[in-house]
Amino acid sequence: MAASSSEKFKTDGTLIGNVTEWVDARFPLTAMWNDHLAKYYAPKNFNFWYFFGSLALLVLVIQIVTGIFLTMHYKPDASLNASGVPVAFASVEYIVRDVPWGWLIRYMHSTGASAFFIVVYLHMFRGMIYGSYRKPRELVWVFGVMLFLALMSQAFTGYLLPWGQMSYWGAQVILNLFSAIPLIGEPLSIWIRGDYVITDATLNRMFAFHVIAVPLVLVGLVAAHILALHEVGSNNPDGVEIKKKKDANGIPLDGIPFHPYYTVKDIVGVVVFLMVFSVIMFFMPEGGGYFLEYNNFIPADPLVTPQHIAPVWYFTPYYSLLRAVTYPLFGIDAKFWGVVAMGAGVMIFFFLPWLDRSPAKSIRYRGPIFKTFLAVWVVSFFILGYLGVLAPTPGRTLVAQICSVIYFMFFLAMPIYTKLDKCQPEPDRVTFK
Amino acid sequence: MSCDDTVDCGRRRLIVATAAVGGVAGAAAAVPFLASFAPSERAKAAGAPVEADISMLKPGEMMTVEWRGKPVWIIHRTKEMLDGLKKVDAKLVDPKSDKPMQPEYAKNATRSIKPEIMVAVGICTHLGCSPTEKFDPTLAIEPDWQGGFFCPCHGSTFDLAGRVYKSKPAPDNLEVPPHKYLGDAKIVIGDDSKGA
Amino acid sequence: MKKLLIALLWVPLLAFASDPELHLDRAPNKANDLPALQHGAKLFVNYCLNCHSASYLRYNRLTDIGLTEEQIRGSLLFTADKVGEQMTIAMQRADAKAWFGAPPPDLTVIARARASEFGSGSDWLYTYLRGFYRDETRSTGWNNVAFANVGMPHVLWELQGEQEMGADHKLKLVKPGKLKPAEFDAAVADLVGFINWMGEPMAEFRKRLGVIVLIALAVLFVFAYALKREYWKDIH
Repeated sequence: MAASSSEKFKTDGTLIGNVTEWVDARFPLTAMWNDHLAKYYAPKNFNFWYFFGSLALLVLVIQIVTGIFLTMHYKPDASLNASGVPVAFASVEYIVRDVPWGWLIRYMHSTGASAFFIVVYLHMFRGMIYGSYRKPRELVWVFGVMLFLALMSQAFTGYLLPWGQMSYWGAQVILNLFSAIPLIGEPLSIWIRGDYVITDATLNRMFAFHVIAVPLVLVGLVAAHILALHEVGSNNPDGVEIKKKKDANGIPLDGIPFHPYYTVKDIVGVVVFLMVFSVIMFFMPEGGGYFLEYNNFIPADPLVTPQHIAPVWYFTPYYSLLRAVTYPLFGIDAKFWGVVAMGAGVMIFFFLPWLDRSPAKSIRYRGPIFKTFLAVWVVSFFILGYLGVLAPTPGRTLVAQICSVIYFMFFLAMPIYTKLDKCQPEPDRVTFK
Repeated sequence: MSCDDTVDCGRRRLIVATAAVGGVAGAAAAVPFLASFAPSERAKAAGAPVEADISMLKPGEMMTVEWRGKPVWIIHRTKEMLDGLKKVDAKLVDPKSDKPMQPEYAKNATRSIKPEIMVAVGICTHLGCSPTEKFDPTLAIEPDWQGGFFCPCHGSTFDLAGRVYKSKPAPDNLEVPPHKYLGDAKIVIGDDSKGA
Repeated sequence: MKKLLIALLWVPLLAFASDPELHLDRAPNKANDLPALQHGAKLFVNYCLNCHSASYLRYNRLTDIGLTEEQIRGSLLFTADKVGEQMTIAMQRADAKAWFGAPPPDLTVIARARASEFGSGSDWLYTYLRGFYRDETRSTGWNNVAFANVGMPHVLWELQGEQEMGADHKLKLVKPGKLKPAEFDAAVADLVGFINWMGEPMAEFRKRLGVIVLIALAVLFVFAYALKREYWKDIH
């Protein structure tokens, strides 16, 4: 919890005891175990929403392990093999067909990608409804949003690797966004691709980002996220600070040691999650065309764009923000402002801790204005996501524009409406049934 | 440890049981990952048995076929060559082929199924070079040379049954791969199963 | 909240009214019908594998649908020497491009690629292979209901006969083929079943394994939940 304890293990004469004492004299093993597990006091009233942090960590481990094994067989090579198929595409089919159990490892990784976003979106939503980003947890939140950004770049670079039609044309669209930047846009996007179109050079650099650069950043940010959290302590569904009420030993009255209580609880969450994960992986690995898109079973062809081109589902809300901007502004064309809207749609999460002026943290004690804004925002987020899958029509673009305004108003008007809102008083202690 | 006030045996049993079930599940989850290291279907296809047609192979000649990326020699030995095998027995490490460097059906004086046809993996048992053929008995490779193979890397010598000479770096006779005949003129290398 | 729900209902309706509908016939499921898959494999090798490759599939994988290596060698292995090899074709891609305008695509995963919101990949293939009709404006003399202005001629025309597009936008058989319409549909169903199997040969094993994994996880859940209850009985 607070300052790290420097407890050392006193041997009880057993072999394990001796080894632990030896290590403790040289490395803060017992201190770390205590600080982060056995004497990390978490509020006892965590509910369903608090499973998703540990689940995100689990999915990260699944992705890293399966990714390592996929890397052993995958070939980032856009040249054509003897049958006229790009080597990268063929190597994915090689993994799925010829490598023993390769199909399972591949489906774990592809299902894991979508699962990662489901878990992280739910994890972020938990933070939003219980005010987990509020003082003193601003940095926990900021590291979290950085993790979200790293995750998005990880997903984008990874989606190019199978070198199917959606990989290719998705990357084409996203990398072309950089060309919208005035003056430097065009040379910048060529520099990023390393070629005038997306080619082998692009594939290889995305591969390097996907298998080592971004994972390193992800792991580092996860460490920062957890260290910051354990410095300030966890929030809870009531949004009250358990550290304000401590017993004679300095232990929060409403706190329980993370280990064993939340480890055994999270194991239950992990098993349930793995059941849902298995249902998708074993019975619907394509996720109805959303987890593995149908067009991505066609090798990349730079000369033919597929009929329906849409990003993978987890990017579609932001893709809709991009497409919603259709008016030029200040003499710069709409394309640029679309990119700005999309970027702002993600970046605005960083400012959430300072936009919220409500006296109450948790939605349980907030007034009707915030609840309404949040509900409308969630609905518009879903609609934006759904629209992002579909081809644009004038009607759809209008709906996307309305939803985009709602999306941004939720954040930009927050300093005003959270002050106007009539909150209930927060309780002294957590409520727990 | 006994059950007393400090140890809750019900809880302990539950921990052990959960850890056991979880451990089994974890071990099962590791199986696909470990199994993925085994040769793939592509490797298996590349390592599939190869057929060699020996109808054109004249006595005293040798041909090389590739099997699993290694040279496999097929030598059609003459009467003189076969006679020469007996003369060198005393100079060899393992003249009776006691070490398991050949299938059971090739553990005989000529190390072959048919006496005149020798099949061997042309890889020196020392460090993996491929020896060169020195069939000419007039060469002075060894005293009283009867023809055989000489490894250019470290000088190991082998007779025409792939048996290694004493006092050489190579420890073992050349490997005889699993093989079988399909009729008189065809050898299948890499497969010695009975039947079709 | 009610207002929100109403908003949620009308907004999508406004936005998602139009998308051209593609009607697909439903392909019979042949995933567990080994004789049908074997028949389909034979049709595939005889009618498709001349121009289209299936280059991710190895011949010996056909043992999964109940064929022995001897059967594969005897009746299916025309384009390779060994059963471990892939189902490639001899035609050069440059030639193919010159002859057909575009090289015929590899068909190994075509069933997965042709899935859409209108139906499964099998449905599309089943409709497509039965949907050729005479169209003299096309250089091949053929057009298709599922694939407008398709480049491929009607390879199965000897079996099906010739269809024409009526004024009512329905296909009419104007010249019968070797097979009766019902027999032809059954043959195409087998062929499509095989193409679908080829897209993911491990699909049936995957589902069987999934059942075992879920049962194992359910057992683990019982223990994990009991353990959680055991610890949390102390927390009030």
